[in-house]
Amino acid sequence: MAGLLEVRDLHVYLGESHVLQGVDLDVPAGGITALLGRNGVGKTTTLRALLGLVSRRGSIRLEGDAIEREATHSIVQRGLGYVPEDRDVFAGLTVDENLKLAARDGEEACYDLVYDLFPELKQRGRQRAGTLSGGQQQMVAIGRALLNRNRLLLIDEPTKGLAPALVADVARVLERIAESETALLVEQNLAVVRRLAGAIVVLDQGRVVHTGPPTDLDDEALVHRLLGVGHAA
Amino acid sequence: MSTFLLLTITGLGLGAMYFLVASGLSLIYGLMGVLNFAHGAFLTVGAYATWFAESKLGGISSVTWRFVLASLIGVLVGAAFAALVELVLIRPLYLRHIEQVLVTVGLSLATVALVQGIWGNDARLYAVPPWLHQTTSVGSASIPNDRWVEIAAAALVLAGLKAFLRYTRYGLIIRAGVENRAMVTALGIDVRKAFTLVFAIGGLAAALAGVLSGVYFSEVDPGRGTSLLIFAFIVVVIGGLGSITGSAIASVVVGLTQQYVNYYSPGVGDLSVVLLLALVLLARPASLEGRTA
Repeated sequence: MAGLLEVRDLHVYLGESHVLQGVDLDVPAGGITALLGRNGVGKTTTLRALLGLVSRRGSIRLEGDAIEREATHSIVQRGLGYVPEDRDVFAGLTVDENLKLAARDGEEACYDLVYDLFPELKQRGRQRAGTLSGGQQQMVAIGRALLNRNRLLLIDEPTKGLAPALVADVARVLERIAESETALLVEQNLAVVRRLAGAIVVLDQGRVVHTGPPTDLDDEALVHRLLGVGHAA
Repeated sequence: MSTFLLLTITGLGLGAMYFLVASGLSLIYGLMGVLNFAHGAFLTVGAYATWFAESKLGGISSVTWRFVLASLIGVLVGAAFAALVELVLIRPLYLRHIEQVLVTVGLSLATVALVQGIWGNDARLYAVPPWLHQTTSVGSASIPNDRWVEIAAAALVLAGLKAFLRYTRYGLIIRAGVENRAMVTALGIDVRKAFTLVFAIGGLAAALAGVLSGVYFSEVDPGRGTSLLIFAFIVVVIGGLGSITGSAIASVVVGLTQQYVNYYSPGVGDLSVVLLLALVLLARPASLEGRTA
């Protein structure tokens, strides 16, 4: 598969901390690539760096075009959708306004897709997003990203803090997304990753330490060594 | 009773001017995080542009139309000046807040010095339509007409701003940007256009305050912007940074407090406003509108 996104030698400093220390990463076109790692290894920072939300150094190419010098809004307009870790819905705006804001100028917004995936958002259109539950806010955050036709979706821990029933719902939505979109997914829930991902990339201490198919997660010793979960063989 | 009514309407007139300055100040801080010490300069520029334009429009025989046209020019000059400040001085210092503060302080001082250099230290008399300084009887009180104009202008600006923020795409961007500017850019929106627009709107409202202050005090002087800015900052802190409604409420409270206290304890009005600020911060550190002060 052709590389949709190619990242080379990506460095990010946050204050005195050298968070990303030369990340090399490829995301093929089609399906979901999962970005894994222990807490604090730089997964969220990687996504934020791709979008230019933090200062970074290195090469980032989207379908061959260098984007590392572009402003965040220009990168997003190239077709990068973003679902942030903490949802970051606009609490003071209504659900309708949150979606309306996300619709890019000059593009046809996919309201039908969003309301098909999340019928509740249509019913709660006039409700302030700040009064929604965590799961409903996650629907707004994902819906906001799906409103536009994306070349690549960056999704940061969409199941974080959700009840098990909601995790299954979100996983179902991600499964549908994977049928038509390309996504780079940060996710701690390995069951979700096994179900959705076509490839995995593992970060540790600001570097990529493993890439492979999701079946690698069946190797308990490897999972324990890379992610610190499960039991060592 | 007539005295109380006169004090109330005068206090509301004063509050109206505070609101016109504070609304832009509040939006600029809320959206961009810029503490704009040059906001008083927008007021001064608007006031002097109006005074200057009025002096050059002698060909128009009607004083009222001359004043209206001069005011329109003054307000537009204030808005253009503010937009230029954002583009030339603030934008290159995006996210460098200390430098932004230093630039705005410097611009504020430079503007006063420039005005003094061109037109001198002395106050300039404002030629306004005579009916503005006549009075209207309300019960037993005689209320100067300019107070109604100031209150009406502020009410119109408040309604206009609320409608703009609620019903337009840029209003939506600004409301969202006040909450989370980074996320707005992550949705593919060039928030810098909103920055310039907010500066222009703030400059327009401040310049209108400059015009109305010229009417209120019958003159304009180089330090007018600076003196009104201090109270506008107090209004913004009491009302909540980024909140237009909070600024409107706080403007009324500050204007009335100042008037009542000055009447019953002459000379203590300004001090009372500072005490009011301290009380609000002690009782509601998150300000009247629940936003962090």
